[in-house]
Amino acid sequence: MNLDRRLLLLVTRHPLPFIASVVLGTLGGVMMIGQAAVLSRIIDTMFLGDAGTGNILIPLLLFGLFSFLRALCNWTSETEANRGTLKIKRLLHEKMLRKISALGPLYTNSVQSGRLSVKILKGIESLDPYFSQLIPQLALSMAVPLFILAVVFPSDPLSGFILLATAPLIPLFMILIGKAAQKATAKQWETLSRMSGNFLDVLQGLTTLKLFGKSRERTRSISEISESFRHSTMKVLKVAFLSSLALELVSTIGTAIIAVEIGLRLWAGSIGFQPALFILLLTPDFYLPLRQLGTKFHAGLEGVKAADDIFALLEKPEPKQNSTTDSLRTQRFSEQPIRFETVSYTYSGSDRNVLNDINCTLEPGCKTAVTGPSGAGKTTFINMLLRFIEPLEGSIMYGNTNIQSYNREEWLNRISWVPQHPYLFNATLRENLLIGKTDATENELLDAIEQSRLGAFIDSLPQGLDTKIGEQGARISGGEAQRLSLARAFLKNAPILILDEPTSNTDPVLEKELLESMKRLIKGKTAILIAHRLSTIRDADLILVFDRGNIVQSGTHASLQQKDGFYRKALLAYPEGTAV
Amino acid sequence: MKEIARLLRIVRPYQWWMLLAAVLGFTTIGSGIGLLVSSAYILAKAALHPSFHELQLGIAGVRFFGLARGILRYIERLVSHNTTFKILSRLRIWFYESIEPLAPARLLHYKSGDLLQRITGDIDTLENFYSRVIAPPVTAIMISILLWVLMGNISLTFAFVLLCFHVIAGTGIPLLSGYLNRGISSKISALQAELQTKTLDCIQGISDLMLFNRLGSHIGQLEELKFRELELQRKHALIQRSHESLTGLLMSGAVITILWLLAPEIQQGNINGIYTAMIIIAVMASFEAFLPLPDAVQHLEANAAAGKRLFEIVDVKPVVTIPDHPAKYPDNHSISFSNISFSYPETHIPALSDVSFSIREGEKTAIVGPSGAGKSTISNLLLKFWPPSEGTITIGDQKLDHLDAETVRKNISIVSQKTYLFGESIRKNLMLAKPDATDEELKRALHFAGLEPFADKLDMWTGQHGMNLSGGERQRMAIARVFLQDASVIILDEATANLDTLTEKSVMQSMLSLCRNKKEKTLVVITHRLGNMSLFDRILVLEHGSIREQGTHEQLMQKKGLYASMWSLQHRHAPPELITGS
Repeated sequence: MNLDRRLLLLVTRHPLPFIASVVLGTLGGVMMIGQAAVLSRIIDTMFLGDAGTGNILIPLLLFGLFSFLRALCNWTSETEANRGTLKIKRLLHEKMLRKISALGPLYTNSVQSGRLSVKILKGIESLDPYFSQLIPQLALSMAVPLFILAVVFPSDPLSGFILLATAPLIPLFMILIGKAAQKATAKQWETLSRMSGNFLDVLQGLTTLKLFGKSRERTRSISEISESFRHSTMKVLKVAFLSSLALELVSTIGTAIIAVEIGLRLWAGSIGFQPALFILLLTPDFYLPLRQLGTKFHAGLEGVKAADDIFALLEKPEPKQNSTTDSLRTQRFSEQPIRFETVSYTYSGSDRNVLNDINCTLEPGCKTAVTGPSGAGKTTFINMLLRFIEPLEGSIMYGNTNIQSYNREEWLNRISWVPQHPYLFNATLRENLLIGKTDATENELLDAIEQSRLGAFIDSLPQGLDTKIGEQGARISGGEAQRLSLARAFLKNAPILILDEPTSNTDPVLEKELLESMKRLIKGKTAILIAHRLSTIRDADLILVFDRGNIVQSGTHASLQQKDGFYRKALLAYPEGTAV
Repeated sequence: MKEIARLLRIVRPYQWWMLLAAVLGFTTIGSGIGLLVSSAYILAKAALHPSFHELQLGIAGVRFFGLARGILRYIERLVSHNTTFKILSRLRIWFYESIEPLAPARLLHYKSGDLLQRITGDIDTLENFYSRVIAPPVTAIMISILLWVLMGNISLTFAFVLLCFHVIAGTGIPLLSGYLNRGISSKISALQAELQTKTLDCIQGISDLMLFNRLGSHIGQLEELKFRELELQRKHALIQRSHESLTGLLMSGAVITILWLLAPEIQQGNINGIYTAMIIIAVMASFEAFLPLPDAVQHLEANAAAGKRLFEIVDVKPVVTIPDHPAKYPDNHSISFSNISFSYPETHIPALSDVSFSIREGEKTAIVGPSGAGKSTISNLLLKFWPPSEGTITIGDQKLDHLDAETVRKNISIVSQKTYLFGESIRKNLMLAKPDATDEELKRALHFAGLEPFADKLDMWTGQHGMNLSGGERQRMAIARVFLQDASVIILDEATANLDTLTEKSVMQSMLSLCRNKKEKTLVVITHRLGNMSLFDRILVLEHGSIREQGTHEQLMQKKGLYASMWSLQHRHAPPELITGS
């Protein structure tokens, strides 16, 4: 039996409820022995003695008392274990969330979010039986049988020996068969987790499937996945249930042997009826905790596998965060230039630098246009400014200070970002806007809406600002999402602005209005634009042309136009007047 | 309970499996009773020191029931789990088949995070439907009948007393627990649903949360929600964990009552004292069947609630009705809209009003106009995602109503603004368009779409929602799919809006040459950006859901109407789009 040390360590964080649970559970076992003793005496009296009601009144009341105490002990034992389990679940939930927040966007973008959320929610919940049932049962399956042996031995040593000899068979079988079952359960958990991610994917892509006329035949693949899940699970269970078959047989055959053995000796006159019945009543309860250990172990197994996923996440190395927290508040931020000094970056597992020896200066209050083909490293460049990743080589300086020496939250407070695909939260439109400035007044909000030209869109919604927005903005077009993101930037009013293709997806009239309001937003700020409109690029104070991780050209529109190179080539691709 | 009846109908194909599992459950518990009663029989007989062969019946019973119990339990567990999985698979398919006709028109209200919660959560809940809801009461009733028969042989009074205790254990405890627990389970699942959405928000929106310094407070919210869920779980556990103890108390009550009634009977010689141990042990053992009943009621409620939520989604009428006998897809691929009007549900402004136009086979048409003019609605109607409120659409000589939607979509390719890529390999994502495509074909398609770098990375995982690819790359993936699908009609719905100029130009040109080479291909380009317009045979100008103008680029420019003003607005302000993609 494999007890995960990491999980046991969690128990030691909140040991008291578990100790209470075991003590109370053992007490319940003692009450059960009392019940059996009284009951065997009553039956003995009625069968062989005088069955008058007066003779059995007191013992019956005593039996009732033991029953009541047993029920109380067992109930509190279980609720205590539950209390401890909830504490652990809460602890794990907190730890996992903190981990995800420390790992940041680069990690969350690299995993299927369906799978990740299953890990967090189901994974933690599936640990419940491990803590609330398996852990206390481990102790109880030792304690209760020991107490029973302690009373059986004095009254009938032979039966005691039979019990003692058969009991170890149970853990033995469990170890033998449990290992195989554990491996198979691991596979089953993986299938379950995949199935969930796969099903979400199918549902989200249902429209795409329909477009290719493939939605109906997906039924077959779902059926195949379900069937293969059934087959693989049944294979697991055939083995896993063998252990409970063995346990069940040890217990029933043990009971049968005891029954025959004491029956024969009772017949021969070497044992009395009352002690014989007492032992018979105790026998099933002797095996019960051991058998329960088997079923609870099975229930706990799923949790052990989930734990692997949980700890794999918890043990991921965090990107190093500089702990020195120079305050930015005291500095006049917009007056300092941002300098990239020989910055390089490689994604782990890749052999190519996604950014190679980048040197550039973003002057305060200036507009920098970043341009270049797909995969040139523009996004990585932006991710560095946002400190979602830190340079592997070189440094990014703000004035004379490395930006890594600032607290990341404070650094990000100074930046507004309008990404290409802004994420819209599952909340109302108002909440989605107010994320830009929590304490914005109604006037500020309306102003931001006006500036980003969202007014007409909001008016068209049934509940206006209080309309709920679906996941990924199902009912919101790309252009609207971007205007929403722009409105957030207006609200945040940060001194550094990063705009990612801000003008795509909108129609010409809105585009013109939007460009104008953007100009107002940019005014006086340090702006970095991933832009592809010539009008935007032309006005930039500095143009950085990226290609394959390098800045291949930089300068103003006027200077780049003259030089041979990437920029001129692109410009010539569309002679003025006929272009898109 | 209506839901339970419906669920039962859905799982009805497995009724014999369920019955078999229930009978096995009954024989398992029955064997347990048999084992203990035979043991008690041995002891009681032996105490009277009869001849040895009088003990043999008991010894045989002990041997038989001892083996039977273990083996029956093993078989019962296998059969009932197998049944459960069959039911689960049936439910999953039933659900998918039910929502498939509803997409996308009727599913816009449901967030996919919510859907995930509903499917994995609710269907997993229904996983218990057989083993925790149907089986326990059936088994318990069988055991109760068995005991009635056994006890009735000795005394009807005892049989009746035991029945009363059985009924209390089987209905009283579940009802009491259900009363104490009312509302808790539904509150827990509501919290879980909220947690799921908020967790998805946290994972997918993490960069925005960081940027607006809200990550800490968002995580705080998640922790608060979890805390509230755990508080409720605690309440729930306090009640739920009492079931076993309460059933134990009832068992003791039954033992005490029967002993109390038995004593005078034995004293008066009405009943032989030898039965005492057997009766009491049988009574005790019978309560095993009643242990799972209180939980069954809770599972019943949870199942009904889960079923109700699933039925809510499924019971929406599909907007497009499937023709019973779809007509043959026409050979002629001309498209005609006559007097089409359409409004999206819950909106007051019509998306299209009285639109008529026709596109000849092989024609290259552009549909232009400001956003919100109704351009994309045209493709939604043509692809049978929604039916028009008024008017008729025909393809060739067939009315669209008479055609099978899947066939229509196989014959019309579309690239829209947002391309969904599945979290699978590039190969699988492409093969959606042509399931039997060879690697060679896939590579050619990638080349065509300007994705040469991916030609030797067919097994690369595209990431969640294809996020390992850039926006431009995802669009080009869609164009590669079109190339593979080789349909007769191609619609590009703002397909190049996110592409860089160079790629856009080359893709547009290859698209046009693809359409030109194969004479019969019809191309419809929906765009708000006016470029390369002279390449089109015809341009439809839409505004506010109506066609304002149509003609060639030259004709429309001469007309100096809406088109001409849009064109000059775009070209005065932002001449060419320069470089860049994302």
